[in-house]
Amino acid sequence: MTAYIIRRLLLLPLVLFGITLIVFGLFQMLGPDKLLSAYINPNLAEKLSPEEMEKFKDKYGLNDPLIVRYGKWISSVFKGDLGWSLVGKEPVLDAMKKRIPFTVELALYALIPVVGVGIWLGVAAAVRHNSPIDHFIRIFAIVGWSFPDFVFGLFVLMIFYSVLGWFPPGNMSLWAEEIFKSPAFKHITGLPSIDALLNGQFRVFVDCLRHLVGPILTISWLWWAYLLRITRSSMLEVLRKDYVRTARAKGLDERTVINKHARRNAMIPVTTVAGAMVIGLLSGTVIVEAVFNRTGIGSFIATAATQLDYASVMGGVLFYSTILVLGNLIIDILYAIIDPRIRLT
Amino acid sequence: MDKEYKRMLKKFFKNPSGVFGLVLLIFFTIVAIFAPIIAPPQPSNQYEPYMMPIVTWSPDPQPPSKEHPFGVSERRDIFYGVVWGTRTAFRIGLIVTGVSTLIGLFIGSISAYYGGWIDEILMRITDIFLSIPFLIAAIVLTTLLGTGLDKVMIAMIVFGWMGTARLIRGNILQAKEEQYVLAAKAIGVSTPGIIIRHLLPNTIFPVLIQASMRMGSLVITAAILSFLGLGAPQGYSDWGAILNYARNWMLGAHGEALKYWYTIVFPGTAMVLFVLAWNLIGDTLRDIFDPRLRI
Repeated sequence: MTAYIIRRLLLLPLVLFGITLIVFGLFQMLGPDKLLSAYINPNLAEKLSPEEMEKFKDKYGLNDPLIVRYGKWISSVFKGDLGWSLVGKEPVLDAMKKRIPFTVELALYALIPVVGVGIWLGVAAAVRHNSPIDHFIRIFAIVGWSFPDFVFGLFVLMIFYSVLGWFPPGNMSLWAEEIFKSPAFKHITGLPSIDALLNGQFRVFVDCLRHLVGPILTISWLWWAYLLRITRSSMLEVLRKDYVRTARAKGLDERTVINKHARRNAMIPVTTVAGAMVIGLLSGTVIVEAVFNRTGIGSFIATAATQLDYASVMGGVLFYSTILVLGNLIIDILYAIIDPRIRLT
Repeated sequence: MDKEYKRMLKKFFKNPSGVFGLVLLIFFTIVAIFAPIIAPPQPSNQYEPYMMPIVTWSPDPQPPSKEHPFGVSERRDIFYGVVWGTRTAFRIGLIVTGVSTLIGLFIGSISAYYGGWIDEILMRITDIFLSIPFLIAAIVLTTLLGTGLDKVMIAMIVFGWMGTARLIRGNILQAKEEQYVLAAKAIGVSTPGIIIRHLLPNTIFPVLIQASMRMGSLVITAAILSFLGLGAPQGYSDWGAILNYARNWMLGAHGEALKYWYTIVFPGTAMVLFVLAWNLIGDTLRDIFDPRLRI
């Protein structure tokens, strides 16, 4: 298995190379004139004569062939320089460093209710097969899966912010942000809410959580539906198996049968969809951050894309793709650990 | 084969959720076809019926009334937008699903049939396309192409064929060694002939199910892009765009926004039901095809 992991890790740079080449290549469709806008102020560009424009294009290497420019970009990436972000008005790397914690925090916290409640609902439905509870959960699953996350997010905002005033949009309140950005605030783990606790700023911690509830609820809703469907069908299949009947026959109480014998085996197919979930959670943050006005890497890449800020987009793509590829690898490994019949070769 | 399809149809109509999905879909189809009668465009608007007419000059949304049964958002009649938006949804869903499925079928079947290094190269390309999160890829490509609904569709096609390609590849790999294929090969049927006449008809059903399940999610992605301001132009009848108008009212007005519920509820419900219809149909088809997965 070690050999397998090493081989997959060695493939990672190759995949990233392919991805960045595609995205970089796509940006070249813009042509040198539009690409130049990443370097000089458009108002200024209008006043420039064609010769001066050419000079600028030469200066930034925009007239070079694609391969040369890609080579330049990738060699600066190796030096840790991702370029200048128009959207963040600072180097891309710094802009990303500021935003990633908020997105990671959101995805990590969302994972807890998504996995916990999703699996619990699926098992609950399967155990009470064809009962009213089962039917209710099934309807919830199919309706939930059809509910676009941004529409759901708007409903959440409408109810919990506009009507009840409980969970406001944004990352944190203004006063909390002041404390968060003050020099006395130590950034230990990187995750804002955890850091707030470690700094003893309990009010900031609560404020962070209040801003997280809406987005988490929105992300969870969709994935509950997805996860519970898979758990339910897998659980139903397992419950029909001989070893479950044996367990019941030898007089084990129902709870042990469900929790120890059935559920563990039913989890195997569930892990396969964990990959889809990682992708979904990540992409989900893009839209959820836009709906809830949060600054994170998701809304960063969306804004950057709409403003043709290609340095920022490339940085964001690099981040998302790395996580995606690593996530898939981790899931494959987990899969082999959970189900020893599977050999990774 | 014919008998088999009849049996499947029978099963489909025995399934209440499948029938409900079909009824919903028929309802949306009727709305889309009769849009000019249900919400007739104003004479001044005759040549651009997809543009929602401006009905007031006040920027505030207006609640449902007799003339505007779904209310007014961003000066435009929501009812008109929701009705004509049905056409937009169908157009996006059918075109994107259709074209990306065809591309997927092409790449997947070639990959599986020839195998070897062709398979290796095509599948690695597929892997790379799969490693870029779909939504982000769609956002980037749409902006690069220069925003608009047609650009949204192109972007979703470019990054939407991989699932089909993998699925059909797996199915063909299984079917490739069957006797009827070997027989066709032995009597000298050409390669495209074998793929199109023999392999695809026997392996395509799961692809069709997948396509119908994808229809819903593609319409959602298109709506997200419109919601982010990348898709439909200002005033175009598109559910995502109408929902985008509502966002300003939700974020701005604390304690007041419920007043503007109609700006979300009507376009939002239309979209949920449309996606639900496709999902119910796809789900039922899958149940019939693969009873093991029944839920």
